[in-house]
Amino acid sequence: MNGPGGPQEPIGGGPDDSRWENGGWDGGGTPPHGVPLPRVPLPRGAADDGPPIPVMPPAAPPALDHSTLRSLLGAWALSACAADENTAVEEHLGRCVACADEARRLRDAVRLLRNEDQLDLDPTLRHRVLAGCLGRRPARVPVPSWAVAYDAEAARLDALLADLGPDDWRQEVVLRWHQGRQVADVASVIGHLTAVDGLVAAALDLEEPLGPGPDVSREPRARTETYWKRFGELPPGRVRETWRDQGRSLVRTVAFAGNSAGGLEVDYGGPVLALEDAFLDRAFECWIHADDIAEAVGYPYEAPAPRHLHGMIDLAARLLPTAIAGRRRAGLATSPGGLTAAGEPGRSLYLEVEGDGGGEWYIPLDSPAAKGCKEHSVAHVALDGVEFCQLAAGHRTPEELAAGIEGDAGAVHDVLSAAASMSRL
Amino acid sequence: MATPAPPRWDRAMQQRLARGEEAALGELYDRFGPLVYGLALRILDDEDAADRVTREVFGHIWENPDAYDPRDGNMRSWIATLTQRQSVSRLRAFEAERVRSGGQRAGEPFEARVREANTAARADFIRDSMPASIRAALNLAYIQRRDYRQAALELGLSEVEARRRMRLGLQMLATAMQHPGANGGAR
Repeated sequence: MNGPGGPQEPIGGGPDDSRWENGGWDGGGTPPHGVPLPRVPLPRGAADDGPPIPVMPPAAPPALDHSTLRSLLGAWALSACAADENTAVEEHLGRCVACADEARRLRDAVRLLRNEDQLDLDPTLRHRVLAGCLGRRPARVPVPSWAVAYDAEAARLDALLADLGPDDWRQEVVLRWHQGRQVADVASVIGHLTAVDGLVAAALDLEEPLGPGPDVSREPRARTETYWKRFGELPPGRVRETWRDQGRSLVRTVAFAGNSAGGLEVDYGGPVLALEDAFLDRAFECWIHADDIAEAVGYPYEAPAPRHLHGMIDLAARLLPTAIAGRRRAGLATSPGGLTAAGEPGRSLYLEVEGDGGGEWYIPLDSPAAKGCKEHSVAHVALDGVEFCQLAAGHRTPEELAAGIEGDAGAVHDVLSAAASMSRL
Repeated sequence: MATPAPPRWDRAMQQRLARGEEAALGELYDRFGPLVYGLALRILDDEDAADRVTREVFGHIWENPDAYDPRDGNMRSWIATLTQRQSVSRLRAFEAERVRSGGQRAGEPFEARVREANTAARADFIRDSMPASIRAALNLAYIQRRDYRQAALELGLSEVEARRRMRLGLQMLATAMQHPGANGGAR
């Protein structure tokens, strides 16, 4: 590189320009698909331009020569010069036709820097576009219906991450779960999702995102800490990419596996979920943590589409009886348990979830093996779907919940406490 | 700004679409949905119309995966061209409808919008294919509002080099505006 304002400063000659110079449409001047894109004129050495340049009046501060002023035009057009340089450039433009022409063109080009990609799209558009496409030509390798919620939630979170600037990535995100709380930056939250999604990857024989080693646990919290320890220094872009790439291979793998993926189980280091339910669980976690991140950076974030929300609520409702039984064994239950034979109808709580993704569930109270039913309901809880999910995520305590409650108070307490206890980091 | 996809990605995507992989369709939308919708909105200035163009463009790609030939260039510029074409044809249909129902022919202002549509599609191609180092210098000034001295410092460059990159980047973009026979555009 020459010194400042050196007359031979080769504008098109730096090493970085080689990709541009050798770009697809460099040779024939015909860009792909007929877009008439004239080749960037190879700029000349600035001092070769036109007639001899009049000597600057000695009074003009700061005294910059023509080629220096010319080299400032890009920064000037971007309003990225110092004030005195700005003044010097503008004075010069009144006297130098060549520079004035270029300055006008560069100024006009600044608005073209605006990238359409930075728009926030209506989150429902993705589903409408995909559904429209599949209506025109059915997929030969469809995404299983139980994996669609995960695919959609990961896409939503990824779109949020795409909007984050360097300062946003450093924001403190508050993670809350049942009787726990932790502050982490955005990249650490994504690392947590990557680490736990890795359990599903393991069930599908995909690569372990934490890498090899005897200390790689199956327990979500331990996995998260391992990720933080091993990859805490990764730049945000890489963290995002690792998470997203793994999520995409999960979806792609189950799409190709089709029905043969049924029957697989995902081991959470103790609790085990069927693969289908694990995908719903991961979709749920993805939404909850995306919401945590959005809150930290002050972006709006909506609830999942109703059909996806419904699947998540249904999973929580199906897991409730086991959680209730666990609390009962631990001596935490307040309502007296009864004995019910497996498969027989037993005491139940009628859970009515309102809103688009809602529905009705009868939660058996005495045993996970019992059948919930209307006839044996002893209590009724009515609440909004998002509110229920916030409870299951540990973001609300049963006491804070906005819910309509009737019937056996002990049964209600047990069910709501069990729902809250299902959350973890 | 989006990271340019490597040609290998384009080829693999095209093959996956041809195989009828729904997961690939989702990935395609995630990568290019904002481009298609944003370009259509810029041209049509109407959210419903942009929404519709987005569905049409992806529908067309999904239904005709072989229409894209990776040897002709990158997928992104192919999709930008499809979008621009679809949007301009919608714009012309709106205009024809308006004139039929008794409106004044808009003439020059209308043609200016069509020219603007072509410029927007070309500008996207240029942004996408410009060297990352030049894009980084432009972004620091345009998005992060750094002056060229701060940008030089952040990028580890001389001030001369930072100025050079800003000027070169804008020169590249300016070529999107100067073109003969603007109206036909990317047909």
